Amino acid sequence: MASIEMCHIVKQYGDGYPAVNDVSLDIADGEFMILVGPSGCGKSTLLRMIVGLEDITSGDMVIGGARVNEKAPRDRNLSMVFQNYALYPHLSVYENIAFPLRLAKVPDDEVRKRVEEAAGVLELREHLQRKPANLSGGQRQRVAMGRAIVRAADAFLFDEPLSNLDAKLRGQMRTEIARLQRRLGITTVYVTHDQTEAMTLGDRVCVLRKGVIQQVASPRELYEQPVNLFVAGFIGSPPMNFLPASVDGTSLSTPFGTVELGAERAEKIRGHDLLLVGIRPEYFEDASLIDEAKKPHGSTFTARVDVTEWLGDAQYAYIPYEAPAEIAEQLKELSRELDSDQLRTQAVVSIDSTSRIREGREAEFWLDTRKVHVFDPKTGENLTRDAEAGRKLTEMAEEDRVEQVGRAKV
Amino acid sequence: MSTREKVGWGIGGLVIIVYCLFPVAWIVSLSFKSSDDIANGQFLPTVFSGANYEQILVGDAAGLFLPALVNSFGICLIATFVSCLLSMFAAYAIARLDFPGKKLILSTALAVAIFPVISIVTPLFNLWRQIGLYNTWPGLIIPYLSLTLPISIWTLSAFFREIPWEMEQAAQVDGATPWQAFRKVIVPLAAPGVFTTAIIAFFLAWNDFVYGISLTSTEAARPVPAALGLFSGASQFESPNGPIAAAAVIVTIPVVLLVLLFQRRIVAGLTNGAVKG
Repeated sequence: MASIEMCHIVKQYGDGYPAVNDVSLDIADGEFMILVGPSGCGKSTLLRMIVGLEDITSGDMVIGGARVNEKAPRDRNLSMVFQNYALYPHLSVYENIAFPLRLAKVPDDEVRKRVEEAAGVLELREHLQRKPANLSGGQRQRVAMGRAIVRAADAFLFDEPLSNLDAKLRGQMRTEIARLQRRLGITTVYVTHDQTEAMTLGDRVCVLRKGVIQQVASPRELYEQPVNLFVAGFIGSPPMNFLPASVDGTSLSTPFGTVELGAERAEKIRGHDLLLVGIRPEYFEDASLIDEAKKPHGSTFTARVDVTEWLGDAQYAYIPYEAPAEIAEQLKELSRELDSDQLRTQAVVSIDSTSRIREGREAEFWLDTRKVHVFDPKTGENLTRDAEAGRKLTEMAEEDRVEQVGRAKV
Repeated sequence: MSTREKVGWGIGGLVIIVYCLFPVAWIVSLSFKSSDDIANGQFLPTVFSGANYEQILVGDAAGLFLPALVNSFGICLIATFVSCLLSMFAAYAIARLDFPGKKLILSTALAVAIFPVISIVTPLFNLWRQIGLYNTWPGLIIPYLSLTLPISIWTLSAFFREIPWEMEQAAQVDGATPWQAFRKVIVPLAAPGVFTTAIIAFFLAWNDFVYGISLTSTEAARPVPAALGLFSGASQFESPNGPIAAAAVIVTIPVVLLVLLFQRRIVAGLTNGAVKG
């Protein structure tokens, strides 16, 4: 067990392109850290530098207090689960799991004991004599995890381990991984591009963009207090809506009416004229279903609904809006960067599933203005971020973690 | 498939099989003919006679044929083994490492493979005589390596390329040295490929005639194909077709056996070689 400290890590490829640029990140002993970002953001490269499969151009990689930059992967005592599992097809499941122990020349009866134990945890007992080719995707995934947990590694590294599974299995394995990590209490670094995995698994999440860290925080802080447009757009599903807004005293006028900010937040945006307002889909509601007591906290507006999607537990409505060409272009750029391709400027609005709002009609919506964020469209910076509140959220998550680990150890 | 299609395919297949196997059948039939029958123009011998086999195994030609058989086996097996070993390392490096001159090695190997053997035989003959390799086993093994190495490197590097990088990286993370990763993960995975390569290399060496006849002079090193060319008839007016046919049949047997025994391996090797990740 060990902490992992990265200090100004840079990875430059032959052509001089920095895949990872000046990343400093401390991962505490026993922490579950997620590296997340769209494809090409350098998250996998960073993970491979931790495990030693990729050379570090500059900076220090410190694992358990010792600098490991020059150490070969086998000397770092880490275990890794690869995206395609990388099981050895010529070996049985038993020998696959035993492989690290065999290399370490562990005596046979000790090997048997530890493989049985790992297989028990992962419910692989009845498959031990089979070959990987005869296993299902989920079973292969568990074998790969078995190989990782069988020896006392200092940390687990996961490289998009669930991306080859179908959606249902992915959900199951996700909880399985979370349970296993809590139970073993081992430092874990987990790479994913899936923000659901990031939010549900991580103690802390590190959002990367083009090799640069954007924000490292608990999932809750990322969600509620994102530092910039990129993080705000990446975290959350459906994604945050960005509406163009112009400043009008202490309020903003948007395509969906006026958003009142209050004196304190208005102070922060002074000096800007054109801004972007970030509103999460669930900050909206069907105005006819809103409590009278809640209504004063927001504003109401009417808009024409383009499409509605009814999912049973929730309902989404899509409302198109007009944006100035410059803003529209920028939003398009952002969505491209986030691996999606937004074709038109529209807001996704989450409304109660009992709502009678139907597509093609005008409808009245209510918008909770307390939680909206205002971004500078030029720099992407979140102007209304409450750093103090964010810090508290992450501290709370840390306390939860310590408590959980303590409970697991008892 | 309809009945008509089936019949069509059947007839087509039969035509191809007959076309391919007719010369072989002819040689077999020839090997059982007595010397009077050889030129009679009939496909089947009038009387089945084992005289030709007797002649090459225990008779006059045995002194020529049997040592040649031993030479052929020895030389080809050694050449195959060395070539597989060398090409395994070379192909691994080509598939895995990024070094300058990688393309050059591959294209040189290809150039060597298509280089006409006959044009280097004469200089080689002179050189071998001067350095004492003429009419020795190493004197044939070395040229055979030049025949077998290029194709071995090409086939094996294709095989290694299909083995996912992650296999090896996983092994390294699990605590293996590069050599252990190679030996415990890559080699077993590449086994079908190595096998296919070995068989192809063996055939290439086994079938060689030009080096065999030019670089040897006695039974100390002369391989079978060369020995066949030196058979003589009972008199100078009689061609030794019968014994040659008998020897050809005997020489073909190990090749056919090899292919039949390892058919599944070869097919698996030639067609997929893919490793399920």
